[in-house]
Amino acid sequence: MPAQIPIDSDSDSRMYWEGIARGELRIQRCDACSRPVFYPRSICPHCFSDQLSWIAASGKGTIYAYTVIHQAFGAFAGDVPFVVAIVELEEGVRMMTRIIGGPRERVTIGAPVHVTFESVTEDVTLPYFRLIET
Amino acid sequence: MGSSSRAAIVGVAESDLGYTPGKTVLQLQAQAARAALDDAGLQFADVDALFCAGNWAWSPNLMLAEYLGIRPNYTDATNIGGSSFEAHIGHAVAGIDAGLFEVALIAYGSTQRSDRSRGRGRGRDKSGPYRLTEQYEGPFGLPTPVGAYALAAMRHMFEYGTTSEQLAEVAVATRKWATLNEKAMKRDPITLDDVLNSRWIAEPLHLLDCCLVTDGGGAVVVTSAARAAQTRKAPVWILGHGESHTHNSIANMPDLAVHQAAVASGRAAFAMAGLTPEQMDVVEIYDSFTITVILTLEALGFCGRGEGGPFVSGQRSAPGGPFPMNTNGGGLSYCHPGMYGIFLLIEATRQLRGECGPRQVEGARLALAHGTGGVLSSAATVILGKD
Repeated sequence: MPAQIPIDSDSDSRMYWEGIARGELRIQRCDACSRPVFYPRSICPHCFSDQLSWIAASGKGTIYAYTVIHQAFGAFAGDVPFVVAIVELEEGVRMMTRIIGGPRERVTIGAPVHVTFESVTEDVTLPYFRLIET
Repeated sequence: MGSSSRAAIVGVAESDLGYTPGKTVLQLQAQAARAALDDAGLQFADVDALFCAGNWAWSPNLMLAEYLGIRPNYTDATNIGGSSFEAHIGHAVAGIDAGLFEVALIAYGSTQRSDRSRGRGRGRDKSGPYRLTEQYEGPFGLPTPVGAYALAAMRHMFEYGTTSEQLAEVAVATRKWATLNEKAMKRDPITLDDVLNSRWIAEPLHLLDCCLVTDGGGAVVVTSAARAAQTRKAPVWILGHGESHTHNSIANMPDLAVHQAAVASGRAAFAMAGLTPEQMDVVEIYDSFTITVILTLEALGFCGRGEGGPFVSGQRSAPGGPFPMNTNGGGLSYCHPGMYGIFLLIEATRQLRGECGPRQVEGARLALAHGTGGVLSSAATVILGKD
């Protein structure tokens, strides 16, 4: 477990991090163009509307890309090897995460995954993903 | 011929390279700037525009100009990562074309390697605090930039069947060029197996798929066609240029298997020059990682999408091969002081001047220099030619 992962949350991200702390993965949807938005913003990157609403994502998705990290730095140096991935959520947005649990050989692009909320330090919970048993 | 009536590169130089623990980042740039101006037959007093990109001061332009004793009438601190210097070329051409200035000095320096060995490194592998959009990626521990390029490589392998052997072909061919460059840091020949057996950094990238970490600086002098007629050496004309950026963080890259910033910058540069990829005699492609080269070759149109792996196979880009590329030994084997883009311009210019000795590409008349910055975030392409 890393000693410290300081995150400066702000008025864009507060609802997101509050959701994570409660076990809910929140993304935004644009009221004007209906497209999903992640990471959280004050303006829709698709249509520039400033009217966005929070929705709860299903927490399910697939692995879009992944890498196994063998050399890391700072707070993460002791975690190696670990799997970092970009997951595409069912709602259509992508986010960075880690894939935890096994088995490693089943970590492949396209594999279905679901979110899991992991307390990584006393203060920080992060949305990691696990493979869905098939 | 394209924009050849507008501007030319008339001076290029490196500073000391490699490991320079006794030198500051200002000294490296002063050394390179002085040598580049001497190469051009110009003086510091002739410089009326300054272009810098660096992370070593809150305003590198202010500090460097003061240190060098120049008072530019035009200044540009565009910093889009390693491609900044190719972007500076485009901006310099535009400014000269608009009559805003006549002699532009582009300078870069870094003491990244010495800083690290002194324990003073402040790399991007920091562990926070994660601010603004960093907070959605930083906490997961992806080492930047290598982890991001590894993600792109994995996606490219998935979509197109690109192999580790094909990535290794780039590293091996580039090392062959480095053996011909006495300034290169790594000059011992390597094999495909050496690359494949080197330790994992971030799968699928091995240690030898990654660029060096070195100190070093470089400088390039650009001037108008009228002024270029009076400089020491034959001008190297800037025939075309283009730039683009598509994202900041890797999870926001539109398609991890397509270097879309390079698609845009290459298209603009070739259109401006009225030339095609097949016409290039020598190419200098930013090689932060082996995958960077494969993605860029596809994006610029040297081969089709997904064909970058086969394109570099069989050592096609090595000395004596049909596609001379990264002829100084590249960021993989020559030097890579953080932002490498300025060295692409220096080598392309020297190749067109015929100054490259044992690594000279015979008869080179047209060259391409392409920078990539961030995590495949930005791109800038420059096409150069001689009379």
